[in-house]
Amino acid sequence: MKTGAKILVESLQREGTEIIFGYPGGVVLPIYDELYDSSLRHILVRHEQAAAHAADGYARASGRVGVCLATSGPGACNLVTGIATAYMDSVPIVALTGQVPTNLLGNDAFQESDITGITMPVTKHNYLLKDAGDVSRVIKEAFYIAGTGRPGPVLVDIPKDVSTTSVKDVPVPEQVHLRGYNPTYSGHKRQIEKALQLIMAAERPVIYAGGGVILSNASAELIRIATELGIPVTTTLMGLGCIPCDHPLNLGMLGMHGTEYANFAITECDVLFAIGVRFDDRVTGKTETFAPHAKIIHIDIDPAEIGKNKRVDVPIVGDTKTVLTDMLACMKKKGIHDAWIKKIKHWKQHHPLKCPDDGCLHPQYIIRQMSELLKGDAVIVSEVGQNQMWAAQHFCFRHPRTWITSGGLGTMGYGLPAAMGAHFARPDVPVFDVAGDGSIQMNIQEFGTIAHYNIPVKVAILNNRYLGMVRQWQELFYDRRYSYTELPSVEFVKIANAYGIEGIKVESPDDVMPALKAAIECDGPFVLDFRIEREENVFPMVPAGAAINEMIGGHSR
Amino acid sequence: MKPHTLSILVENKAGVLSRVTGLFSRRGFNIESLAVGPCEEPDMSRITIVVIGDDAQVEQVMKQLNKLIDVIKVSDLTDNERVERELALIKVTAELGTSRAEIMQIASIFRASIVDVGAKTLILQVIGDTDKIDALEKLLRQYGVKEFVRTGTVGILRGSKTVTSGK
Repeated sequence: MKTGAKILVESLQREGTEIIFGYPGGVVLPIYDELYDSSLRHILVRHEQAAAHAADGYARASGRVGVCLATSGPGACNLVTGIATAYMDSVPIVALTGQVPTNLLGNDAFQESDITGITMPVTKHNYLLKDAGDVSRVIKEAFYIAGTGRPGPVLVDIPKDVSTTSVKDVPVPEQVHLRGYNPTYSGHKRQIEKALQLIMAAERPVIYAGGGVILSNASAELIRIATELGIPVTTTLMGLGCIPCDHPLNLGMLGMHGTEYANFAITECDVLFAIGVRFDDRVTGKTETFAPHAKIIHIDIDPAEIGKNKRVDVPIVGDTKTVLTDMLACMKKKGIHDAWIKKIKHWKQHHPLKCPDDGCLHPQYIIRQMSELLKGDAVIVSEVGQNQMWAAQHFCFRHPRTWITSGGLGTMGYGLPAAMGAHFARPDVPVFDVAGDGSIQMNIQEFGTIAHYNIPVKVAILNNRYLGMVRQWQELFYDRRYSYTELPSVEFVKIANAYGIEGIKVESPDDVMPALKAAIECDGPFVLDFRIEREENVFPMVPAGAAINEMIGGHSR
Repeated sequence: MKPHTLSILVENKAGVLSRVTGLFSRRGFNIESLAVGPCEEPDMSRITIVVIGDDAQVEQVMKQLNKLIDVIKVSDLTDNERVERELALIKVTAELGTSRAEIMQIASIFRASIVDVGAKTLILQVIGDTDKIDALEKLLRQYGVKEFVRTGTVGILRGSKTVTSGK
């Protein structure tokens, strides 16, 4: 006989879980009691939202399923933003929540909330356990659902009596069988051939690669396809790192804050090869003018993404890695697009991303210095806003899973806790959280966690005393009426020191590199408070609803 | 924009209906009618939903429905030969005398049955497609419809085609 809580902990171990991010409370006491002498590592965060983001950061950096744990009611509700963040970016996490005992369900009991109801639209699936005998099967299914097909978060709600009830040890099914869930991995052979024919006949092909390439670990296949067929590659925010930034065929990021040359290439291409992307509005701008001359090939594991925002000529439902591997096997000859590559090279030369050089402290410069120092061998996590876009534009990513950001939901406060999670996945490399002074204050309590466990996350705050991205929009589109976007100055180093974390305030460009080096040399966490040019903007920029080649703040306009 | 009849085979579990309807409400769709019940497989249920939308919108909802773990099969019956029926119960004011006879006559034309006879009311039960039931209700309005309740539409493909789990 074993309690539900014991079966839960054993089930997590069977799934290979090594770390849980969580916060205790009343109805999870039996689970915490089991954790007390288990070999599972538990990190006590300072707010449940951080537990979800940390599990997410761990999952993105490792490719494995992240796990978080919270109590019922407020604890569970605090996970919701983190779960929604993971859902939008297809990140596999299993969120475990305590629930009031089954006899009190629906009774407005103390700390009760209908968390399965609340999270229905932001989970891939969720469970309300009613019987301790189901624990091992449900945990197995939860990990399976989270990690297969298009990954996503799964929540398991565990009433207190399910944790405490003892049941006979039930054998765990070896395989998960869910008749309503059969993700397609292999692409249709004929469609793959059709896609290849289209690409071979193209004069101006472009690959548009996204988070799906990273999720399916298909970077090597992508680079081979691009190189052998001679096709330039632009990546989405989520796809950064799937091809090295300095690869001759790489065009950098496309879309609202993409490079001018990537957006020009999309606008002029005759075949658009979309791989693991979802034609998000921040990428396409006005959909009618996105790749207006192109035949579109789209690979995605989720059939619902194909044709959702843009009509597709050759849909291929399947796992990116599997489909690209099959495509490589079908390829008979190399592709040559010299004239097109030459044209793109010309654009690249004449429309580079700008980095002002006037003696003032500019964020672009800081990111570039960071890039030079780390040489791509680091995990860069970001918050959301200008800091995120500067990091995406100016850091040179060389490997998949080294860029971790909340792309879909755009969750401010994501960076610091996600960076904590990323560290446990990649303890071998430095982990930086590129932050803004607005975003960092959304989960600044996690200074407590990184200090507590000496988690060596380096927090680089691009401090402009504004909610910078909103201020930028107010400057450009609301007549500089800075409505509630100015923040008073905060001495972040003092806050860090109060938690026992070291830090440096940096006010001049000359001090950037020494400060970064000091951060790296420090064994523990470190806070860098960069006092940047206050009204620096993220450029180039496609105004909302415009065509993506109509960029402002670039070289063309 | 036209009505689409979707037949959805689901696991017979708590919460499944709410997962299914949630996908519609999240996209701002109004469900015209909904019918749920057990089916030929003991642990599955079949949901018939009528929803008004353009083809692309409905296709997107169907794809989203297919993503639900508890949904086993989704079919749009709309462009197929099919039988659709709903059942309505209509409580109509029927004072003794002429109106009662008239109502009974109307009922017989519609092949509706009288399932309850009260001192001042009759309850009619009618089965048919949506138009037939609408027509009957409209005719009865002049006598005073006190209460009107109808099931959602259920639909099934004609001939040997089926919407099953394919086991």
